[in-house]
Amino acid sequence: METDLLGIVATFILTILLAWPLGKYISAIYTGAPHWSDKIFGGIERLFYKIGGINPKLEMTWQESLKALLSINLIWFLFAMFILMNQGWLPWNPDHNPSMSPDLAFNTAVSFLVNCNLQHYSGETGMSYLGQITCLMFLQFVTAATGMAACAVVFKAMREQTSQKLGNFYTYFIQSNTRILLPLALVVAGLLLFEGVPMNIEGKANIHTLEGNAVQVARGPAAAMVAIKQLGTNGGGFFGANSSHPLENPTYWSNAIESISIILIPIAMVFALGFYLNRKKLALVIFGVMTVGFLALIAPALYFEWQGNPAIDHLGVTQTLGNMEGKETRFGTTLSTYWAIITTVTSNGSVNAMHDSLMPLTGMSALLGMMINALYGGVGVGFLNFYVFIIIAVFIAGLMVGRTPELFGKKIEAREMKIATLIALLHPFLILLGTGIATYVAHQKPDIGWLNNPGFHGFSEMLYEYTSSAANNGSGFEGLGDNTPFWNISTGIVLILSRYIPIIGPVAIAGILAKKKHIPSGAGTLQLDTLTFGILMFAVILILVALAFFPALTLGPLAEHFSLK
Amino acid sequence: MKNQLFTAIKLSLACFILLVVIYPLAVLGIAQFTPNKGDVAFVKVRDKIVGARQIGQVFTQNKYFWGRPSAVNYDSGVSGGSNKGPSNPDYIQTVQARRDTFLVHNPSIKASEIPAELLTASGSGLDPHISLQSALVQVARIAKARNHSTEIIQKVVINSLEKSPAGTPFVNVLELNLALDRL
Amino acid sequence: MLLSQHSIDNMKTTSNALFTQKMVKEALSAAFSKLSPKQMYHNPVMFTVEIGTVVMFLVSIYSISQPDQGSFVYNAIVFFVLFLTLLFANFAEAIAEARGKAQAESLRKTREETPAKLLKNDQIQSVSSSSLTKGDLFICEAGDIIPSDGEIIEGLATIDESAITGESAPVIREAGGDKSSVTGGTKVLSDKIKVRVTTQPGESFLDKMIALVEGASRQKSPNEIALTILLAGFTLIFIIVCVSLKPFADYANTPITIAAYISLFVCLIPTTIGGLLSAIGIAGMDRALRANVITKSGKAVETAGDIDVLLLDKTGTITIGNRKATHFYPAPNQKTEDFVEAVVLSSLVDETPEGKSVIELASQIGYTIPKLPMEAKAIPFTAETRASGVDLGNISIRKGAMDSIKNWVEKAGNSFPEEVVERTKSIASNGGTPLVVAQNQQVLGIIELQDIIKTGIQERFERLRKMGVKTVMVTGDNPLTAKYIAQKAGVDDFIAEAKPEDKMNYIKAEQASGKLVAMMGDGTNDAPALAQADVGVAMNSGTAAAKEASNMVDLDNDPTKLIEIVEIGKQLLMTRGTLTTFSIANDVAKYFAIVPALFVASIPALQSLNIMRLHSPESAILSAVIFNAIIIPILIPLALRGVKYRPIGASALLQRNLIVYGLGGVIVPFIGIKLLDMLVSVWF
Repeated sequence: METDLLGIVATFILTILLAWPLGKYISAIYTGAPHWSDKIFGGIERLFYKIGGINPKLEMTWQESLKALLSINLIWFLFAMFILMNQGWLPWNPDHNPSMSPDLAFNTAVSFLVNCNLQHYSGETGMSYLGQITCLMFLQFVTAATGMAACAVVFKAMREQTSQKLGNFYTYFIQSNTRILLPLALVVAGLLLFEGVPMNIEGKANIHTLEGNAVQVARGPAAAMVAIKQLGTNGGGFFGANSSHPLENPTYWSNAIESISIILIPIAMVFALGFYLNRKKLALVIFGVMTVGFLALIAPALYFEWQGNPAIDHLGVTQTLGNMEGKETRFGTTLSTYWAIITTVTSNGSVNAMHDSLMPLTGMSALLGMMINALYGGVGVGFLNFYVFIIIAVFIAGLMVGRTPELFGKKIEAREMKIATLIALLHPFLILLGTGIATYVAHQKPDIGWLNNPGFHGFSEMLYEYTSSAANNGSGFEGLGDNTPFWNISTGIVLILSRYIPIIGPVAIAGILAKKKHIPSGAGTLQLDTLTFGILMFAVILILVALAFFPALTLGPLAEHFSLK
Repeated sequence: MKNQLFTAIKLSLACFILLVVIYPLAVLGIAQFTPNKGDVAFVKVRDKIVGARQIGQVFTQNKYFWGRPSAVNYDSGVSGGSNKGPSNPDYIQTVQARRDTFLVHNPSIKASEIPAELLTASGSGLDPHISLQSALVQVARIAKARNHSTEIIQKVVINSLEKSPAGTPFVNVLELNLALDRL
Repeated sequence: MLLSQHSIDNMKTTSNALFTQKMVKEALSAAFSKLSPKQMYHNPVMFTVEIGTVVMFLVSIYSISQPDQGSFVYNAIVFFVLFLTLLFANFAEAIAEARGKAQAESLRKTREETPAKLLKNDQIQSVSSSSLTKGDLFICEAGDIIPSDGEIIEGLATIDESAITGESAPVIREAGGDKSSVTGGTKVLSDKIKVRVTTQPGESFLDKMIALVEGASRQKSPNEIALTILLAGFTLIFIIVCVSLKPFADYANTPITIAAYISLFVCLIPTTIGGLLSAIGIAGMDRALRANVITKSGKAVETAGDIDVLLLDKTGTITIGNRKATHFYPAPNQKTEDFVEAVVLSSLVDETPEGKSVIELASQIGYTIPKLPMEAKAIPFTAETRASGVDLGNISIRKGAMDSIKNWVEKAGNSFPEEVVERTKSIASNGGTPLVVAQNQQVLGIIELQDIIKTGIQERFERLRKMGVKTVMVTGDNPLTAKYIAQKAGVDDFIAEAKPEDKMNYIKAEQASGKLVAMMGDGTNDAPALAQADVGVAMNSGTAAAKEASNMVDLDNDPTKLIEIVEIGKQLLMTRGTLTTFSIANDVAKYFAIVPALFVASIPALQSLNIMRLHSPESAILSAVIFNAIIIPILIPLALRGVKYRPIGASALLQRNLIVYGLGGVIVPFIGIKLLDMLVSVWF
């Protein structure tokens, strides 16, 4: 375990080392100044502008940017619904998998549209190759680019002294695809291919095993999808078992590559902010806050996984490898726990171990990562969530030093606080309301058959599902029988609300602030790039989340933990 | 709004060509340079496919090393874990039953020597590996079933050992069993 | 609280004690009358507590006959504690208002009915002061109380303003110029004046201020509104938490009593800050008033806390009154006696303090001051000539700024000695003002005038600098002199040779770059700049126009008062911020008290979460709600006094307040609840 620990530490450090130059690169792209990458990608992009009838020089207001964002999302939703409900008869379906029911198609379309990838189906039996590639993988690219473009609008708004024009949303979106996601996806897919992730177009193979059993071996165009599912904090796997599947994540090295891909862009976006605003120290403070939060989640998680299950200890067997239920031998507890936490802090729904079988407090760390949803966070949107926490922290800090709160020289007043408060409220509201309704139904109809586990753990399964939906994460306590109209529709609604409102809110706040008069910073201005402010941001995040979720966590993971003997 | 919808459709089309046509074809192209040309690495015995290297399979006979329990019974047309929570009493009973079965088949082994890994289901249900420890507790049974000395079986295990770059040593069960068959 | 109309120190007596018995009595009865839902509705946090209290009242009655919601005694105690919480919050507001009222009372005493000598159609009628309306004329003679705010249109008088300023030295007010304004309630000591009423009854500054401190017309400031939104957000979160807890608990087969739900809810919502919020706002106004500053709105006080730039007049603020002559420098080839004689002659007609100081200096160096010859004709200073002097038959003496005298001398074809030019420069660069004296177009010499910088002014500017406020000195002096004084006094910038429109332009330029500017002024020509400034403070002695254009009036006429105003503004925000932090940090301990108590009966394993080892679920819940209630009155003194502002830089201040109120807010309730539990566990 010690060597595995060294392994994840090295992986994490390597990720940071890669994210720094990537952040610089992203910042350069969003700045729009001439850049060496123009030579490579300029041609394709001009073609894009031509096809789309877009003038890349035309700057847009925040309202125009949001309209553009919502319109294009609507088109994608309609397209996804069509493919998912008709894939059964459409071509490139070698395993003759069926079309989806309307409620499952709704849930799947929405869930991929909002960069969540909650999967209430299993890839091997529920999707055609056409659906996997043209619908799901397509959305994995463009929704990640959507989040990044929205984040770029906020970056721009933060940099402007007083302006209504916040760059061209389409340009941000296209360049996020062409210059960031696509090149990275090609590199990651290439590396994964050599680790044994399949990329072919044939259907399942029928074979007889050594002991003579007839089994099928699923395969298909997985590598292309696996690369972008990790890079774009999507997480929707090609196979049902996601990245625990030996074909989706075959080796230690493939696991390391995917682990890096999961948090690479979320961390790079924070660094990009530093380069973009020329406030590297602030970016480092934000990164520090996120990292402290991340470490605070992973440390207990590792401890409890290493300890193993006390109930199994009573059986007298040895648990030197820790809690191995739901985990793969090639990864062991350490790599699996690292994965569980990096995915839940970044709204990446991929798993390389089954979260339902994590120890209760490890599950709680995963839940907390999604409840905060801003420790690195999803590509682009992670920072948007963090931005709301910054607004609230700046407001409280401003009052505490006796000055009208201001962020980068813009006064924070009632209107911005209203939006920020609403966004901060929305997340616990959706999670608690959803879980409340589900527990009510589960209590009224104990034999409804949703839950794979009784008692507190069953409660955690429902809590996890809504938390994952509201965080646009996509992982699950998969024991939950969630392919029912109730779960498909209710989580679908949560997904939509918790994607678009937390994008609209921060973009609106940033847009409103950008319009305001800029106050130059003076001796009385509170500097944000300090340890003290970092601690305050951390405290704001901790308190907001802890206060909203403490009772729910008590009845779920905490009660399970304390009664597990 | 109408203009934006048209722009959205045209822009989506352009994205579609780049991301859904060009990108997968490029990956498919790179795949042709990999050892298996993008396919699963199948294992053949006398020209007959007996499995895929990366996919675990069911072994119940005493002469073979057993893999880990599987929630999908190693049918790799599907995949998945048990999704049992650590406090689930049924689950603990299941593990207990697996322990007892193991003890029946491996009478020389004490319960405290069994790694819990051998009694708990993997995440994918297709885990092709077991840890070195899990292989070693089965050596006595296999030696008896195959009429070999435990040293020889142990040697086979050691020879098949895969070591991840930083971690616990483990073996590929299918390859280990194929090595046994070659004895 | 007995305040006589002429009690000089009336302000000071009230500020020593935080509140008196009478105020407490008044506030107690107000605390009950404020329970009306109509009033509570304006405070969303406390309004939800009121609803909870009503529910608990019903539950208490229900529990007399039905045991399933817990014992009657227990429910009744929870109801009682919640009721107390409401009363405490109302009391906090009421006591702040009572303090304001007491202040207002002492001010209002000054405007009690006094007879006014109304001048109508050249006839004097005696009427009551309250019947005076804007534009009326009245007469005041020695011994009269001035019945209303007004402007002297005829005459001059010495006036005792101690009733409103506490300053016992009488002041002179006269018609015309910048010292023409009088305040109602002050007393004429000598002479007779004719005054025009400038305000409608009930609309004077004092009336506005009284309404503000009494809380009647208090409007929420923008910061307060934003904070209320955040607090309402927290309240909403906890509504969701408590509502969703019901199905959660049902699922876990854990019945939770209504008392427990409501206790949890009330403990979690930020009642501490919610209960103290309006008290803090009123106390802020009150503190301004205690500093003898009348503000037109709460917003102005908060804005003062944000000030970036402060414009101050040099004279009277940075330097003591007027300049003094300190040296005579005869020009080359001129006899000292001739020079001094000319100087004295020209200054004898000069009534200004500067002129007097020249005579003083001459007599100090042993010159006998002659009588002014009968034929002397004074030539007054004008902005055009920028020189003054005297004409004695065919002798004409002029003294003034170098360039104007040089002009006069050179026009007559005489040369202007180079040494004089040098000397004026060296005087100016040492902070002095050179006055060149010439007789019949011949330069005689130079008088050096020196400013005397007030003691302790540097420390005050240093304090402002640490607060992040840039100070700008405004002076009519030449740039060299201005620079010297600016450096010596420690101001950051200066406007030399300032004309009224220069102030205006400077303010506009600073505002254009996004800064907030404060300015103090008194003259009518300051009015546009006072109106333009974000915070304009007029001297009470200033003109009605200046007072009208500003948003604060300083009764003490103390130009450095802005430092206190800035601190009061900052204190106001800080008190809100720190108590919000404290209030929310408290929730951690309350959670650890109540949540285990809710579930431990049906999930014994959760006893591990009871880290405070509270005695029983009932005692835990009671301790938490009691703590929640009594923390409000405990913090009332802090809310009224305000959190102390220290000019140690924003980050250091944040660090300090985070440790005291953030970390303190986490730890204190753990101790408090544990202690209360030890007490409560005797019964529960």
